[in-house]
Amino acid sequence: MVAVSFDNAYEAVSEANDEARWAFGTGFEDPLAGVDTSLPSGVDGDDLATYCLMLGDDALVMSHRLQQWCTNAPELEDEVALANIGLDLLGQARLLLTRAGKADGSERSEDALAFFRDEQDFRNVRLAELPNGDFAFSMARLLVFATWRLALLQRLTDSRDPVLAAIAAKGVKEVTYHRDYAAQWTVRLGDGTEHSQQRMQAGLDAVWPFVGELFEPHPVIARLPAIAVDPGMLREEFDGVLTQVCSAATLSMPGTPPIAGVAGRTGCDGVHTEEMGFLLAELQSLARAHPEATW
Amino acid sequence: MTTQLSEEDLERHFERTVEHDLRLEPRDWVPDGYRKTMIRQIAQHAHSEIIGMQPEGNWITRAPSLRRKAILLAKVQDEAGHGLYLYSAAETLGADRGDLTERLISGRQKYSSIFNYPTLTFADVGVIGWLVDGAAICNQVPLCRCSYGPYARAMIRICKEESFHQRQGYELLMTMMRGTEAQRRMVQDATNRWWWPSLMMFGPPDGDSPNTAQSMAWKIKRHTNDELRQRFVDMTVPQAEALGVTLPDPELTWNAERGHYDFGEIDWSEFKEVLRGNGPCNAQRVAHRKAAHDDGAWVREAAAAHARKVRETA
Amino acid sequence: MMEPVKHEWPLYEVFVRSKRGLNHVHVGSLHAADDQMAIHHARDLYTRRNEGVSIWVVKAADITASSPDEKDPFFAPSADKVYRHPTFYDIPDNVPHM
Repeated sequence: MVAVSFDNAYEAVSEANDEARWAFGTGFEDPLAGVDTSLPSGVDGDDLATYCLMLGDDALVMSHRLQQWCTNAPELEDEVALANIGLDLLGQARLLLTRAGKADGSERSEDALAFFRDEQDFRNVRLAELPNGDFAFSMARLLVFATWRLALLQRLTDSRDPVLAAIAAKGVKEVTYHRDYAAQWTVRLGDGTEHSQQRMQAGLDAVWPFVGELFEPHPVIARLPAIAVDPGMLREEFDGVLTQVCSAATLSMPGTPPIAGVAGRTGCDGVHTEEMGFLLAELQSLARAHPEATW
Repeated sequence: MTTQLSEEDLERHFERTVEHDLRLEPRDWVPDGYRKTMIRQIAQHAHSEIIGMQPEGNWITRAPSLRRKAILLAKVQDEAGHGLYLYSAAETLGADRGDLTERLISGRQKYSSIFNYPTLTFADVGVIGWLVDGAAICNQVPLCRCSYGPYARAMIRICKEESFHQRQGYELLMTMMRGTEAQRRMVQDATNRWWWPSLMMFGPPDGDSPNTAQSMAWKIKRHTNDELRQRFVDMTVPQAEALGVTLPDPELTWNAERGHYDFGEIDWSEFKEVLRGNGPCNAQRVAHRKAAHDDGAWVREAAAAHARKVRETA
Repeated sequence: MMEPVKHEWPLYEVFVRSKRGLNHVHVGSLHAADDQMAIHHARDLYTRRNEGVSIWVVKAADITASSPDEKDPFFAPSADKVYRHPTFYDIPDNVPHM
């Protein structure tokens, strides 16, 4: 072993050539490097922006809920895992909100859209905004969310909008991992102790009413053929995955009926649960208290 | 079979290893006192990382920009990782993480008293990065050459990440100082609240630090508390000037003769009160950690039960 | 709340090959209930999920180790274990020189 001089206290830290030993990741590449960011021809900018907000708000709001697990996870290793998932989704949200601000020509930044939009302008599904509940509920929600989003992003990689396609390509790798994490926990809790099985089943049953909304058609999506993904197409794959996971987890597929919207309007129309107001109050309070500030 | 060595031989071997600046590794013979000191120090360090997630985690969901939110979440995540590296190092000495966690949540083992102060504004996030992580780096860089190999290696990795933390904290403060009057006030206020507790992070003055001599002989520790504190002050004063904040110590002046900054008397009675458990957040921090651990018990138990089932059917 | 359950997740050692052409190197340890979880956690903790790296995890209890020096009969009974578990004494903080 070579003795290192430590006269300069920082030498040990800046030692070169040991990246291999520490085996850290090499950082993330810019997913939009070399991608044409101009609007595809024949696309309504407002519709594209709305679609980007739907996908972006889902990620932003789901990330917020995962952030709330921080310092509360059942084990330290899961602190790291949940934060990773939250960071991935936050990254997706930033790209999608930025794209929305470009697409509608408003030039609103990711922060303008995240912190200065009102609740009725948020277009995330209600599933994402539900409070965390216990670990079983959170894993059930993550399983449903990630299974749905993975099916969606996989198809979105073929979008005619090269920016959406690139964001989706990055997201597929990430969300595959999220789904795997949630599925493994669903199986461990479902096929764990009697107590954990009850809680996992209860979590899944409580999440289920919010599943139907994920596959509902939407006029904005209908106006974006070959750009957006028709959610109805995703149901079969979703049910297949959930059936498989439930079977491995010795859980029953829930039969709880879908929860109604208000006059047919739900999350992606800006009609949310009562929880959403509190979520936004937390998310936006500081930014709104200092509208002139830069951070 | 190898020949039986006397305890004296083993002790000589241990001392030679330390003397020659070689590292002790998990299966080496070490004196009981060394093992206990090392376990206690590493565990307290690990606990500090884990408890330290709370004050900063407090601001993740309210971070005022998505970029700051991502940085903060990544940073708090790093702290969980640091805690894990350190618990891992403690386990090479025969400690058990479950035991150490019990000791933390029952109040039998301590963590850095700095985390018993509240984070009241978003500027606290920046000031923690600048001052608290800065002080931690001063304390920790010498530990990269601690005589116990697994701890030294964990510290190298941790220090690398801490320097990123310190830079991001300082960069946040610079941005805020260029911002609105309210933001500048926030930074000054946070600096006022965190400066003295940061100086206390180096521990009691050398005259009151009975363990220092032994730890230095074992090369667990390389510098005394006061030496490190002085180094931190010398490093920080020019940074404060560049930032445009005032450090809350009227006695802070350059002493050309010593080649160091002189600074005022630290209020050690406050330090002792916080150590005794009477700081603003002691009870809250431990209760929070205990609640998370207790609430997760059924989850950990379920995973263990599932693993048993899989093994039995395999 | 249920009665507290003792941590039963075994200790795993983690080995990472950070890029092709290099050996797997021991980077640390973690706790996991099963092998799958260990791989997941290892990827999160020690590689930040870098896709290009190869990870091995192995239960610490399954590692057979030699002695660093040929002179440790002290540990003969546990020579096949990487980690010994000596009694962990409770030392009050105010006892000097411990």
